[in-house]
Amino acid sequence: MTLSDLNRDDWTRFSFRQRMQRYGVFALCALAIGWALGSIEVIWAWVWDAPAQMGDLFGRMVPPDPTNLAAILRVLWETVNIATIATAFAVILSLPVAYLAAQNTTPNRATLWIGRFILVSSRSINTIIWALLFVAIFGPGIVAGIVAIMFRSIGFVGKLLGEAIEEIDKRPVEALEATGASRFKVIAYAIVPQVMPTFWAVSILRWDINLRESTVLGLVGAGGIGIILQGAIDTFNWPEAATVLLAILALVILGEIVSAWLRRRIL
Amino acid sequence: MLKIRDLVKRYGSGEPVLKNLDLTIEGESVVSIIGSSGAGKSTLLRCINRLVEPTSGSVELNGTELTRLRGRELRAARRKIGMVFQGFNLVDRLTVMENVQSGRLGYISTWAALMRRYPREDIRRAYELMERVGIAHYADKRADELSGGERQRVGVVRALMQKPEILLADEPTASLDPKTSEQIMELLRALSRELKLPVLINIHNVHEAKEYTDRIVGMRYGRIIFDDKPAELDQEAMDRIYSGSPAADRAEGLKAAS
Repeated sequence: MTLSDLNRDDWTRFSFRQRMQRYGVFALCALAIGWALGSIEVIWAWVWDAPAQMGDLFGRMVPPDPTNLAAILRVLWETVNIATIATAFAVILSLPVAYLAAQNTTPNRATLWIGRFILVSSRSINTIIWALLFVAIFGPGIVAGIVAIMFRSIGFVGKLLGEAIEEIDKRPVEALEATGASRFKVIAYAIVPQVMPTFWAVSILRWDINLRESTVLGLVGAGGIGIILQGAIDTFNWPEAATVLLAILALVILGEIVSAWLRRRIL
Repeated sequence: MLKIRDLVKRYGSGEPVLKNLDLTIEGESVVSIIGSSGAGKSTLLRCINRLVEPTSGSVELNGTELTRLRGRELRAARRKIGMVFQGFNLVDRLTVMENVQSGRLGYISTWAALMRRYPREDIRRAYELMERVGIAHYADKRADELSGGERQRVGVVRALMQKPEILLADEPTASLDPKTSEQIMELLRALSRELKLPVLINIHNVHEAKEYTDRIVGMRYGRIIFDDKPAELDQEAMDRIYSGSPAADRAEGLKAAS
């Protein structure tokens, strides 16, 4: 390094060319957003009207009407049960799927693709759409709701668990293979302990998510608190709708507390 | 007795990593394999218990030909071969006892393994061995709470739980500090005498090889070029084993092949 190098007092993070490229990317993003805004039909009068409408709705909702509180709480409990039962089944069913979908445990390429296909098809369809499907199959009620949430959860849990299996430390696996242990025992001793923390974390997270998702299942007739909410909205019974919304809010906060507590206890 | 004949290992279509290698280990001797990185020490060890599949040749342990075994037979043969690793390869989240008992996985039923209901004699043997190497008081601790030297002791006990007919050790001291490393070498030598067990150790530390083993095998680029008592390993032999660059070796190998 020569002395003239040390005397430099100009420094730029990007070269002129890089700076131009960055401006170009910003311009493209702005253009894309502008084009997207221009291509949807927004009735601006309704947008500007929204604050007034909100105030009006709020006025109708206050005070919330607690006369049906007993029924609301009962259905809320049903909602919790839908979420919990569905999560439990989904977690169990996702174990073999995760095993198939992880590159380092799947028996062969065909099973790998079967596993991945199950994950993708489960994950690409929203819970509400699964619910519509299962309401058609099982008829309206909580069974449709449970199965819908279960189907959506298998993909979520299976995918995260499969990734956890792929990221394990392979050295204990090698060591146990060297002892002459069968495939199943190697999984039970070298792989399962390593994915246990992820397993619990993912299960709790999914239960948390399922609790929220099960509150809207009723909108398509698949059981839970959503049925009462929809009934209240359809009959313009805004005070009761307010009670339902408050109940859901309380449930979600409670779920948050429980899952945070579980995470602290188990992990 | 371990008898290796004409062993070849080739990864892909390149130059073989092991070239027509012959090696016989008799009795309860402690044998060290030295050589620079890439000489094929690790591959040789892993060809014995088939963690690496040999390309051709024969590996015979006490009359059983290992290279052609499959499935259940291979697992039965692996029970007879204990292995100790450089990175200890313990299951961190399991207790020391569970790690130690995992050496018996080839023997016990799946249900017993899942329920952690180990046979009484296995538990007794585990306590005896752990007591012998000084880790019995850690039985209920999680493996990741132990220090490096203690973890390697767990690794050694796990291998001994198999009641092996031979013990393979792949750089067992390379992750340890000098003092702990000598303790582990001392332990391996003592256990070999006590249990009448042949031990085959890959090692980088030539001083430890000379100090703690009965016989030194020097490998260079897939071949054994030295095989004698530690006292015979003079500077000239050391130079033959360690000098030169891998590139020069490769050129030599190509010349020999053509």
